[in-house]
Amino acid sequence: MNYLEIQSELANYGYIADETLSMALSLAMNLGRSLLLEGEAGVGKTEIAKSLSKVLNADLIRLQCYEGLDASTAIYEWNYQRQLLAIRAREKEKASSEEIEAHVFSEYYLLKRPLLQAISSDTPPVLLIDEIDRADEEFEAYLLEILSDFQITIPELGTIQAKSIPYVILTSNGTRELSDALRRRCLYSYVDYPDRQKESLIVKTHMPEIDEELIRQIVNFVHSVRKEDLEKKPGVAETLDWAAALLDQNVRSLGDDPKVVHATLICLLKTESDLKSMTPEVTARIIGKVA
Amino acid sequence: MTMSDTSPADRMSGFISHLRTNNFLVGPAETMDALTFLQSSNTLDIGTERIGLKVMLCGNKSEWDKFDDLFDAYWFGRGVRTAIKVQSTGESSNRDVQNHADIWKRILPSSARSESSGLIHGPGYDNLTSDGRQEGKFAASDYESYRRVDVKHLVTPEDVSQVQELAEKLARTMKYRLSRRRKSSNRGINIDLRRTIRRNISRGGDLMELIYSKRPVRSVKLVVFLDVSGSMNQYSRLFLAFVRGLLGGWLRADAFLFHTRLVRISKALSDPDHHRAMDRLTLMADGFGGGTKIGECLKNFNDNYAKEVLNSRSVVIIISDGYDTGDPEEIGDQLNRLKKRVRRIVWLNPLAGWDRYEPVARGMKKALPYLDLFFPANTLECLANLEPELAKL
Repeated sequence: MNYLEIQSELANYGYIADETLSMALSLAMNLGRSLLLEGEAGVGKTEIAKSLSKVLNADLIRLQCYEGLDASTAIYEWNYQRQLLAIRAREKEKASSEEIEAHVFSEYYLLKRPLLQAISSDTPPVLLIDEIDRADEEFEAYLLEILSDFQITIPELGTIQAKSIPYVILTSNGTRELSDALRRRCLYSYVDYPDRQKESLIVKTHMPEIDEELIRQIVNFVHSVRKEDLEKKPGVAETLDWAAALLDQNVRSLGDDPKVVHATLICLLKTESDLKSMTPEVTARIIGKVA
Repeated sequence: MTMSDTSPADRMSGFISHLRTNNFLVGPAETMDALTFLQSSNTLDIGTERIGLKVMLCGNKSEWDKFDDLFDAYWFGRGVRTAIKVQSTGESSNRDVQNHADIWKRILPSSARSESSGLIHGPGYDNLTSDGRQEGKFAASDYESYRRVDVKHLVTPEDVSQVQELAEKLARTMKYRLSRRRKSSNRGINIDLRRTIRRNISRGGDLMELIYSKRPVRSVKLVVFLDVSGSMNQYSRLFLAFVRGLLGGWLRADAFLFHTRLVRISKALSDPDHHRAMDRLTLMADGFGGGTKIGECLKNFNDNYAKEVLNSRSVVIIISDGYDTGDPEEIGDQLNRLKKRVRRIVWLNPLAGWDRYEPVARGMKKALPYLDLFFPANTLECLANLEPELAKL
């Protein structure tokens, strides 16, 4: 698929991607490489993987990373309870311990976690490794091995080769510097806040019932808010929430009722100090500019 | 284009080396990828080629931001004039040190500047007993004579370099103890089912012997801020060595210098080439002197670095006398923000070691409510005493 096809396919499923991003996706698919997406929280990194799985009609397998993530949650684990039952049952049949061992360490007793699941699917799934920067460095190194060989070794079972190579998308919020090795292994794309035009299109796609003029005001307002000195800038998800809130309050134009607009800002601003720094006066000033 | 007489492959490898000169992490493998990409899609226009190459060749945000300019500069000769980077040799950096180094001449003893290598010799094993256990806080003998002297009274270069060495040693010892500390427990909280079953399988699955798992205690992450303003310059020398010792191998540590600006020095300090390290520090100290803006520097940190550098197990150490020319309110506000992100904030104040010291500096007063530990740090003994305090945190 070339990048223009991907772009229009994604748009069909409600994801507005710019050219760079669709090029990144297209290259990742054509070259069979993983794609690393970086950017502020709320610019739609995770959403890309979801939309891509819809476009490709593939399964989405998601691995949410966190500190202390280990092999038994990310790759596989034995089903201990079932193994215990099996041991008990076999014991009655006077099976030898070798037989029992061979039996309980078969694939039937294996619980597949996301990574193993991804490489043992028959059709290539989309594997989303979310917030890789939250996982420990040790896990990152292990992941690197899987992403280059697409095989997983289980001591009791042997090496499992990938049946299909998944489309891998990694996301990072930049809470930790990723290793150069991982960066080199992946294609890279920085996802920025969308420009006004793109963001308007996103709002329109998600909420076709809002009229054009209000969308323009909403998007301009959010863009001005992003320029303010804030701890946490509102992302696209916040824009959509806010648009929904305004719709719910029957706001036709931001200038009509600044009080309501100010009250709904809790959808955009997520920390106490940000809310405090957006005084009604600041809100009114920005509304004055955009309405 | 001026390079039309050479083959596309040559031009592409030229472009790759152009990127490499500008600190991109790219090599022959990337050249191959790029050529394959261009071949596979020969109908592309320049705009498409540009974004395709951008996706393939960039690895992080700063490369991502630079790419378009570099692309234009190479293929169209626009804008950017490529600076040829020369690998600095020992000699040239020496010269640079002399050019820039008025500040550092005061801070670093001559021995440190002419030292051929800045390698830090392993962690502080010096004080290990033969069976590998740590003994005592810090082997006291070799620095007995220095330990109670306020470092600003040490004047001869020999004194100073010795103190520096000791500070480094102390820092390394401290680091070693802290990071290998484990919670000893014979009984964990959770049963490790996997191992338990493995162990008991020969008994037919009867769980005779239980194996527990316990959480390893993760080492703390250390973030150090060092004040190098004029009022601190009698102490900066000591603390720079101290910070370098701390960073020398601590898995997760970061260091910042501040005066009127905030400068990240972790990479420079951990550079094994001593000359180059000093060279880089010299450049970073531009704007040295002329007041201290603690609040502003902390704000810069909170805005730009905190997310990347800190986690909930971080310990922040601020080394400063608290004399501040900025807005004292700002210090309080920013420490409050910082406090929410980290586990502990420790402030080492060299002046606090003086008799009858009261934290009268306005900034210091504002800072006190947010500190977990406020500690004097004018002698080596003070630094040694710091270790059990840090271990408690």
